[in-house]
Amino acid sequence: MDKALRVMNVSKHYPGFNLSNVSFELERGYVMGLIGPNGAGKSTLIKLIMNLVKRDGGTIEVFGLDNQEHELEIKERIGFVYDTIPYYGMLTVSEMKSLIAPFYQKWNENVFRRYLKEFGLNPGQKIDTLSRGMQTKFQLAVALSHEAEFIIMDEPTSGLDPVFRSELLDILYDIIQDEEKTILFSTHITTDLEKIADYITFINDGQLVFCMPKDEVLDRYAVVKGGLELLGSGLERRFVGMRRGHTGFAALTDDAEALMREYGQKLVVEKASLEDIMVYMVRGERSV
Amino acid sequence: MRIVISNASPDPIYKQIADQIRDAVLRGQLEEGAPLPSIRGLAKELQVSVITTNRAYEELEKDGLITSVPGKGSFVAVHNQELLREKRLHLLEEKLTEAIEDARQMGLTKEELMNIITLLYEGEEQHG
Repeated sequence: MDKALRVMNVSKHYPGFNLSNVSFELERGYVMGLIGPNGAGKSTLIKLIMNLVKRDGGTIEVFGLDNQEHELEIKERIGFVYDTIPYYGMLTVSEMKSLIAPFYQKWNENVFRRYLKEFGLNPGQKIDTLSRGMQTKFQLAVALSHEAEFIIMDEPTSGLDPVFRSELLDILYDIIQDEEKTILFSTHITTDLEKIADYITFINDGQLVFCMPKDEVLDRYAVVKGGLELLGSGLERRFVGMRRGHTGFAALTDDAEALMREYGQKLVVEKASLEDIMVYMVRGERSV
Repeated sequence: MRIVISNASPDPIYKQIADQIRDAVLRGQLEEGAPLPSIRGLAKELQVSVITTNRAYEELEKDGLITSVPGKGSFVAVHNQELLREKRLHLLEEKLTEAIEDARQMGLTKEELMNIITLLYEGEEQHG
């Protein structure tokens, strides 16, 4: 298979934080959502992929090339969208473009102009005065104008309203129509953006929890709810996480079918959302 | 063609998509050779992942209902009418088996069930 990204046993140590032995892969032409709570290591991982920080162990390959040895070549082919715009705020959109474009061999001015129009960006506007959403669109326009094959976005929707998130979702769907482009984005809020994700990589506390096709994740887990009298007989051992109150419990399980057979109507079983999965897994067992 | 997916349905999304396309083909709403939306186009339209629509098309291909031509897209398969009829019969049998199971659980006899079917069938005829 043609891999856009291979992360193998990657580690990074900071005082008070360890990213340990993280491995996962992403095939070309697919979309991956990197999810996890704040401080899980998502941004560290993305910085390691971009070689903005040096890894302490393991290897990272982008398009089959080591990301340190072939950094320049790889970066020509990557479009990176930061959560806060890395550009000079006092420059206009068009001035900033003139600064960036010469760095890319494949810069296509016509494509850039087309995206400005499509995204409603005014070339004469100062970057400082662009809304967060418009700044994200500007970065995407830059990425698409140097024919990036791999779009990497760090928290592209944090702080943005549902209308923009939905617009971004449409833009991303347009980007992947050609079967060639690969997208990786991180987020700590499970948003509408995950609709497009083929794969979900979940990290928590510097560790990989899972990397799976999203459909498999959603198929595997379910939320079960019931009265407290059901607990204490070993039922809890089949839960991944549980929230226990005075009136009953709610829990995440990967064993829903068997539980439904055994407990029948005594349990309410519902589909789990990615948010449910993240919250129950991170918080484990707790009482309210 | 109409495809409506529901997050409240217990069926996985790929299955909801495959079932609705299958239905449209078996009912003759989609004609032989008719082009289907591209896998990525349909993913965009339904706001689901490419893996999901891809899996739906794979199921339909396995059933022989659609064919995919690399670089060209997916099309409703050219059917043998006999085969199509057999498939529809098979679907009907499945639904009837379900009804029979329900009847058994309620303690209905075969005659009672047949009476219901006769009544319904004749009622439909009168209406239609």
